[in-house]
Amino acid sequence: MAKENKVKEELKEFGIQIIKQVDKGKNPMIKVPIRALSNVIYDKKTKTLILGEKTAERSFFNVAHAKKFLQTVEVASIIKRELLETGKHSSLRDVFYMAKRTIPGTNVNLVDDQTDTDKAIEDLEVVTNFSREQLNVNANKNGSVVGKVVIEDAGDIIDWGKLGSGGWSVPSNVEDIKFKKVNAKFIIYMEKAAVWERLHEDKFWDKNNCVIISSQGQTTRGIRRLLQRMYDEYDLPIYVLVDFDVYGIYIYSVIKYGSIALAHASEKLTIPGVKFLGISADDVIKYDLKKHFIKLDDRDYARIKQVSEYEWFKDNKEWQRQLKMMKEFGAKVEIQSLSAKGISFITEKYLPEKIKNKEVLE
Amino acid sequence: MGDKIRAEELAKKQRQVSVSEFFVRNRHLLGFDNPVRALLMTVKELCDNSLDAAEEMRVLPEIIVEVKQLAENRFVVSVEDNGPGIVKAQIPNVFGKLLYGSKFAKLSQSRGKQGLGVSVSVLYSQLTTGKPTKVISRISPKKPAHYYELKINTQRNEPEILIEKDVEWKSEHGTKVEIELEARYQKGRQSVDEYIKQTAIVNPHVSITYITPTKEKMVYKKVVDELPKEPREIKPHPYGTELGTLIQMLTSTTANTLFGFLQNDFSRIGGTTAKEMCHLAGLSGKENPRRLDNVSAEKLFNSMQKVKVIAPPTDCLSSIGEELLIKGLKNEIKADFYAANSRSPAVYRGFPYIVECAVAYGGDLAKDETAKLMRFANRVPLLYQQGACAITESVGDTNWKSYGLQQSGNNLPAGPAIIIVHIASVWVPFTNEAKDAVAHYPEIIKEIKLALQDVGRQLGFYIRKNVRVKEQQERLGLFEKYIPELASSLADLSNGNKNKIEESLLRILKKSIKDLTENGEREQG
Repeated sequence: MAKENKVKEELKEFGIQIIKQVDKGKNPMIKVPIRALSNVIYDKKTKTLILGEKTAERSFFNVAHAKKFLQTVEVASIIKRELLETGKHSSLRDVFYMAKRTIPGTNVNLVDDQTDTDKAIEDLEVVTNFSREQLNVNANKNGSVVGKVVIEDAGDIIDWGKLGSGGWSVPSNVEDIKFKKVNAKFIIYMEKAAVWERLHEDKFWDKNNCVIISSQGQTTRGIRRLLQRMYDEYDLPIYVLVDFDVYGIYIYSVIKYGSIALAHASEKLTIPGVKFLGISADDVIKYDLKKHFIKLDDRDYARIKQVSEYEWFKDNKEWQRQLKMMKEFGAKVEIQSLSAKGISFITEKYLPEKIKNKEVLE
Repeated sequence: MGDKIRAEELAKKQRQVSVSEFFVRNRHLLGFDNPVRALLMTVKELCDNSLDAAEEMRVLPEIIVEVKQLAENRFVVSVEDNGPGIVKAQIPNVFGKLLYGSKFAKLSQSRGKQGLGVSVSVLYSQLTTGKPTKVISRISPKKPAHYYELKINTQRNEPEILIEKDVEWKSEHGTKVEIELEARYQKGRQSVDEYIKQTAIVNPHVSITYITPTKEKMVYKKVVDELPKEPREIKPHPYGTELGTLIQMLTSTTANTLFGFLQNDFSRIGGTTAKEMCHLAGLSGKENPRRLDNVSAEKLFNSMQKVKVIAPPTDCLSSIGEELLIKGLKNEIKADFYAANSRSPAVYRGFPYIVECAVAYGGDLAKDETAKLMRFANRVPLLYQQGACAITESVGDTNWKSYGLQQSGNNLPAGPAIIIVHIASVWVPFTNEAKDAVAHYPEIIKEIKLALQDVGRQLGFYIRKNVRVKEQQERLGLFEKYIPELASSLADLSNGNKNKIEESLLRILKKSIKDLTENGEREQG
């Protein structure tokens, strides 16, 4: 595949640059952008978190860097030889085992644990500008999707509407998926698998011509990329449904603006147009959810303070109001509290009303 | 009446206990309390005497020590020297009478002191085996060699001569003594072997041939051809004289006036000082010292302590010296590093003394054990009572951690090291008559510590430098191991030539060894 060739060439070029330095008699050095809060910038123009200009120089002939340097080059070589050249994909864990061995004549392991290879892969991502998935390294898959969409994946035609109760599990690499037919009008992403199952059982996606998608907890890269592609390629509105608490708000924030850890991949992951569907502070009042309050603890308050000070929330009056109300409530509310009004209250009343009335936050 | 009879009866039983009898009952006081130690003490006393004698005659001592095992608990110790020999008339007294010696109450730096050692061995020998001690001695090639077999009459403290004759002897001058005794031979820290070895270390001018009970012949050749500076005898200093000694000196002096006695029989007392002392004691100075009563003697004693007197002369001492300490150590101990420090003479209680230290480090020495401490007094190894010795306390009180050795609390340090401490004095303050340990005088401990700190600093400098070199080598080694790995990864990644990359990397490594200490990533804004 032409794309894999491009990635291969980029890795090869990475090696050639090092060899050139060596040939000149220079201490070989890799410039790696620093991936830490100190080097993450909120770009107001694109409304995404991007990596700053700060780089770390990692040179081979330096006691503190030598091993990391070797690990990065070795992992690059493994990815090129074992994955890109054979067209195979592997997990992060596989890469660790492929790199793991003892350096001859020492009792030093080339890599000690998986964080060594994970970091090397992240380095290669920022150095080559290709995502982990493009390097044929996948994360564990996590998350399900159903809805009015037909795709082609690895030669198979898959109708997201005909996959029984489990739905299609979203792989970590969605680059090569082709969308065959997209009849959905919008997408709802929810943080909770249990809520997704409620919507699926009630055939919410069928009745409302949409796609429902979830992952348990943090949104995976595969899902973020899948959402982004559907947003970019089919202009589908995306709604996020999370608990009314600061962590739910942060899930929305990561999908919309990006995260610190993956700031280098923002371009491929962030969806600035994504909208917050609920649960909002106003929902709490409107649907009388106060009786289901869960008290905030110190950690919640600290996190509220942090989030309200993020650059992208700082000047957003609506979000400041939401966070202020949460503080005033001194409490948070789960999505499932809606079930108190009936098990299908969420699919029959709450969601249709919210979407119809465009009661969303941005 | 009855009382009187009783007293007379008692008087019949009361008799003088001879010195010999006293030591028969109290032999532990002199170090003859167990068979292992008895063997060592006998060898030690004979060697000390032989070395002292040869040095006094200003010849380089050559001694032959042989320990022969006759039965499981029966040994013969023989020591032969090339000293001046003993005149015929004195031989029985030297070996057959306790407390008879040329060095008793004489203030000069020598190994033996009380005139006790050899005769106690003779006594111990006859107590445990019933055998006489055999002595051959010759004072000149022109004179015959005399042979004696003798014992001690313990009641009268007099020699008992069994055989006395002139014999043929190969040596021109010297003495050979053979003592049979009940004993036990063992190796280790407190053995005869260790004593001989340590003696060789601090006496580099001495040649010792030692034949062990297993017939092994060990030769310790001298490493220098020069005798140590001859120690000089000094007169007592008023500050180091006790009342009893003063009274004894008064009765035996040849001076006719107290004034003259003070000036002649003590060091550092001149006319003015003597006058001041007499005045302070309420005496005129014209009194006959031999007739001074005890009350006046005590007054004089007190005034002698009060008047300011300059310290005694210190040129009477003979130190080993830094150079020879290291030479002696090098000859016996294979190590990577040696250092020594010889302090200037100092004075405690009117007695001059010198402290010397040396350290050997690394090489064949055991790495994970407590460092070995060798204690010496007037060039004699001290093998017993290490824990009770001021030297041990001084070593423990020194902070060896800052000199690169390990140490827990105030214990001896740990690491591949040997520490040597030598005290030379006209009067080493031992804690007991067996001369096992040095007494805890604060001024002596302070001097020892100063000497230890000096060698410690030298050692610390060496260890730090050496560790740095070692670390750098390890670092280099690591890169040498990493380079082939990096070269093959790079060659694989970019279709390069592995050997060529490896060679280039090795060249850079050689060039940039110095920069490899740099740590941490550099940030660029």
